[in-house]
Amino acid sequence: MRRSILASVAAIVLFTATFGFLYPLAMTGLAAVAFPHQAGGSLVVRDGRVVGSRLAAQGFSGVRYFHERPSATSPAYNAAGTTFSNLGPTSPALTKLVAQNAQAVLRLERRYDPKLTIHDVPVDAVVPSASGIDPDISLAYAHLQARRVAAVRHLPLATVEALVRRHTDGRWLGLFGEPGVNVLELNLALDRLRSA
Amino acid sequence: MGQGIAQIAVFLGAVTLAAYPFGLYMARVFDDGYTFLARLERGFHRAIGNAGAQEQTWRQYGTTLLVFSLAFELVLYGIQRLQGHLFLNPEHLHGVASFISLNTSISFVTNTNWQYYAGESTMSYLTQMAGLAVQNFVSAAVGIAVMVALFRGFSRRSAQTVGNFWRDLYRALIHVLLPLAVVGAVILVAAGVPQTLHGYAHATTLQGAHQTIARGPVASQIAIKHVGTNGGGFYNSNSATPFEGPGSFGGYFELFLELLIPFASVFMFGRWVRGMRNAVAIFAAMFVLLVAGVAVNFVAEQHGSQVLRASGVSLVHDGSQTGGNMTDKETRFGIAETAVFTTGTSATSTGAVIAGHDAMTAVGGAVPLTNIFLGEIIFGGVGSGMYGILFIIVLAVFVAGLMVGRTPEYLGKKIEAREVKLAALGALFPAVLILTLTAAAMVTKAGLASVFNPGAHGFTEALYAYTSQAGNNGSAMAGYGATSFSAYLGGIDMLFGRFVPLIAALALAGALAAKKTVPASAGTFRSDGATFSLLLVGMIVLTAGLMLLPALSLGPIVEGLMH
Repeated sequence: MRRSILASVAAIVLFTATFGFLYPLAMTGLAAVAFPHQAGGSLVVRDGRVVGSRLAAQGFSGVRYFHERPSATSPAYNAAGTTFSNLGPTSPALTKLVAQNAQAVLRLERRYDPKLTIHDVPVDAVVPSASGIDPDISLAYAHLQARRVAAVRHLPLATVEALVRRHTDGRWLGLFGEPGVNVLELNLALDRLRSA
Repeated sequence: MGQGIAQIAVFLGAVTLAAYPFGLYMARVFDDGYTFLARLERGFHRAIGNAGAQEQTWRQYGTTLLVFSLAFELVLYGIQRLQGHLFLNPEHLHGVASFISLNTSISFVTNTNWQYYAGESTMSYLTQMAGLAVQNFVSAAVGIAVMVALFRGFSRRSAQTVGNFWRDLYRALIHVLLPLAVVGAVILVAAGVPQTLHGYAHATTLQGAHQTIARGPVASQIAIKHVGTNGGGFYNSNSATPFEGPGSFGGYFELFLELLIPFASVFMFGRWVRGMRNAVAIFAAMFVLLVAGVAVNFVAEQHGSQVLRASGVSLVHDGSQTGGNMTDKETRFGIAETAVFTTGTSATSTGAVIAGHDAMTAVGGAVPLTNIFLGEIIFGGVGSGMYGILFIIVLAVFVAGLMVGRTPEYLGKKIEAREVKLAALGALFPAVLILTLTAAAMVTKAGLASVFNPGAHGFTEALYAYTSQAGNNGSAMAGYGATSFSAYLGGIDMLFGRFVPLIAALALAGALAAKKTVPASAGTFRSDGATFSLLLVGMIVLTAGLMLLPALSLGPIVEGLMH
């Protein structure tokens, strides 16, 4: 027993040094050299200022920009406090939330496309994402918003649709997962269009 | 649907192809087959006072393991409590509350990684990197060590010893886990997972708001979190967080890491006992159950939940959206990837998630719950899955022997009263523990305080919590909240759920090693082929499955029938 305790103490020190410091520090050094952009959090810089990360939603609002999916974090789109909504499949709270979100989407978009009904609203537009900072939206939700963004920015719809396609991350290897439109990159591209 | 089936099929095929050679490699590692880095190994043994020099009986092996694990748990508890006064704490986080620290230290030492805390707002870089991530390595290696000891029980004849804990632990760490973690971490960083010691990033959004972006030494921790089937995330939303599971690639790559060792362990067993056909029969039984789980979850989630179907929004899967139940799911993963990940993470005792399990449909959410309840033996955790399925095999052989009137034996070892008792203890104890603690949590005021969703779903949350902790899985229906009551109850759940089956496995190893090996005869019940696979599936369903059914009917089944 005494021998086991002494060996355990020595092993704990060795393992903590190896796996708790040596390994992560070596990985940090390697990452800083080989992939500095990703290692730092895939930050997006515009005019010398950090404006966000391509991997985090930032809560776009108003009429000029594409919006992200709903977020359950507190406050919404908290990239330092991710969380699920945890609302169950029969939850009355979910019923209320979905109805509210769907009405909000319709109120915003109907001004630019009066024929819209709730059946045109894709599910990802009204339910919270898992992280609360899902940087992507479905193509369907992007198409729904394209009309508004084009109208407000006085751009041809085709131009906006082309930007949407350009900022869509496809399935990995064309097979795995689902495509998604990166909202921050899309909105940055829209802003560039104006300044150009 | 066809697109989804294709990606899942290609993926599972790829894991199987990679796992076979890796299993053979693992067999050589623990069979003294490699001599590389031998000086390093000698150095390690000198440093721990040559405790690894002698072969150990199962009792000595188990005692060493328990002393080591409990000592390490104390260290981990201390780091969390003291992190506010220690270095590598750029966000100036305070010490962690005592009941959370206790639950968390047990959680990581038992390879559970249940998380009653939000990582990015609770744990300092030091705690994540030098506390929690270290246990991701060590607890996984402990599981592998016990598995190897049990394998020796089958391969040795009339032996008193089952190996040496320190030697097995060292080899699992250095020759199996570390290389995979290093490769995994580099690939994860390339894909977008942060790896930095700088504090959180600050941004001014396009609309002028301030945004704090949590980051840290994430990739190094996430790689081993999956390789070691641990599952404890750096971020609260685990691998659903884009920084922890970036791109459509992220979910599949991390699931690959999770499944590799559990898949490979079955082939390792085949090589070890010179019975690859037996291993294939085991693999087939597990694989069938895994695929069944994926199918059920996929179909249920694509169909959508009651609330969503009634709302009128579009749930159709077409070229422009995933559709289905996207609540607490991420766009880049969609339904198919989430289904295979959810099934894989619950079947392997990993417990990492790329979606919120609480928001899944009644039927979809019952899949991970069932996988865990069955004992984490559909491939199971690293090491623990293999010793878990060997309990079931011993029981299956015994039952088959009774049915056909032959002496039960497996791989030349006679299965007698002691072996059956130990296997029954290992296989059934977690189920008894789960049902007892869930009941305790449902009939006490303190227990009910943790429940988040109303009605039958609230019961499912509690059942899931104690199932997940007993099975050392760690995934959650995350609405279930932390109170000091639930943290202590969960601590008991994890501790006993881990160490009772583990000690039973070592005792079984000792009992088997001491036996002679009898040559197979015409009277031997065949333990390969499809019949044996079917027998195994039946045995899995009969042992834990029947105990789960009444509880399932109070939770997911009631909820599934609600409109």
